[in-house]
Amino acid sequence: MAYSDKVLDHYNNPRNVGSLDKKDSNVGTGMVGAPECGDVMKLQVRVNPETGIIEDAKFKTFGCGSAIASSSLAAEWLYGKTVDEALAIKNTDIVNELALPPVKIHCSVLAEDAIKAAIQDYKSKQGSAVGAGVTATTH
Amino acid sequence: MKLPIYMDSHATTPVDPRVFEVMSPYFTEIFGNAASRNHSFGWQAEEAVEKARKQVADLIGATAKEIVWTSGATESTNLALKGVAEMYAEKGNHIITQATEHKATLDTCKRLEKNGVRVTYLAVQTNGLIDLQQLREAITDKTILVSIMYANNEIGVVQPVAEIGKICKERGVLFHTDGVQAVGKIPVNAIKDGVDLMSISAHKFYGPKGVGALYVRRRSPRVQLTAQIDGGGHERGMRSGTLNVTGIVGMGAAAEICNKEMAAESARLSALRDRLKDRILASLDEVYINGTMEHHLPHNLNISFAYVEGESLLMGINEIAVSSGSACTSATLEPSYVLKALGAGDDLAHSSIRFGLSRFNTEEEVDYVAGKVIDVVQKLRELSPLYEMFKEGVDLTKVQWTAH
Repeated sequence: MAYSDKVLDHYNNPRNVGSLDKKDSNVGTGMVGAPECGDVMKLQVRVNPETGIIEDAKFKTFGCGSAIASSSLAAEWLYGKTVDEALAIKNTDIVNELALPPVKIHCSVLAEDAIKAAIQDYKSKQGSAVGAGVTATTH
Repeated sequence: MKLPIYMDSHATTPVDPRVFEVMSPYFTEIFGNAASRNHSFGWQAEEAVEKARKQVADLIGATAKEIVWTSGATESTNLALKGVAEMYAEKGNHIITQATEHKATLDTCKRLEKNGVRVTYLAVQTNGLIDLQQLREAITDKTILVSIMYANNEIGVVQPVAEIGKICKERGVLFHTDGVQAVGKIPVNAIKDGVDLMSISAHKFYGPKGVGALYVRRRSPRVQLTAQIDGGGHERGMRSGTLNVTGIVGMGAAAEICNKEMAAESARLSALRDRLKDRILASLDEVYINGTMEHHLPHNLNISFAYVEGESLLMGINEIAVSSGSACTSATLEPSYVLKALGAGDDLAHSSIRFGLSRFNTEEEVDYVAGKVIDVVQKLRELSPLYEMFKEGVDLTKVQWTAH
């Protein structure tokens, strides 16, 4: 299968690889997928609780090149976005940006799920830490 | 050293230049139809075909008359299984095969099941070999055929063929083996192995694509087949169709070279294979070899690199041609059914790479491949949340995954 230049670029030079402290109350962690399905994505965001802006995003992915590229792109996009803007990222945005073929669309879906899971984790942490002031969204 | 490096010899091999040289006049000068009985063009073609028949027979310890030319091993296997099922229908309707066979066998069996044949698919042990006791127990008075491959195309394990042949003989059941990966690579002898039918393909041993053979035993027992292709009655009525003379000449020449050079070549390739394996094992942790190395083709190595997905690994070593058991590299989007049959778990199937060394690989290439694989696996493990969790001591089997 031929990969798009953008997939190759993210695969060869992945952005924002790494891990944030998952115990930090300002860090949200999303882990989606399963090893037996051949892909697992971990996406983490650190949010400034004052501004609601994502100040750091890191990923690690077990999966094919398109899965790595999708999560690398997601982490890149999350930088500087507000939590609500992050939740507005759709898998189709990733498909278009990376020119993913139909068989690789599930990689983009996984990346969208990872974003949502990370934000949800952050929100639920804030909810339990701050109390009634912040509402945690549950899916 | 030239890139890309080809290390996928279980898929196919290049035609040996010596083979090509022998074939070349048969395209343009000696072009006769081997079935033309009344002029020199036909006689010359027939002579060449009969020479090749002897060369292929010699490679597998058979006689020339026991070789039936086909278009390749898939056709050979179709002819063997369907031909036996039809010819021996009055004797019984039960066939025994096993889970890690090539699709040519499994899909032919599925077709036969639709036509009322009962098929038993034996499980394999974690080492990739069948359990002979299970085979004994599976044979009934309705069993007409056992079809077990000689060597596996993914994991390279060599089945206990001679023992299977003995069991089949004792029970009066015919024995077909898919010899595609073994013939030309390790000593195969139809008589000693007690094989009644064997599928062979030229392009796996440095011959051309599009030509193969079915060995059909002529004595004790004399195996009969119902033809599956009707026409001019070529190949003693077992397989009609004008013979692919050029291809057959190539298959014969390739067989003769293998017969002469097998001992030296398999020693050289198993040393190279072990060099590749040892380098990888010395540099990487959490690496698993698939299929027992005790009964193994000399040129095969199938390794799972835990916590790294196979397709992403292939992408990183893109100037090396190998195969993966990863779902992402298969047309069906399912991980390798062969590795799944070993019970290793889907995750290790997704992480597997198959190396198939060939006559033309060099030590320099092996060292380059080992180095490149090690680099890319290390890089991908830096990226792998699973490797990170493993290093933190998390038991991945106890994690609740959000499977899709």
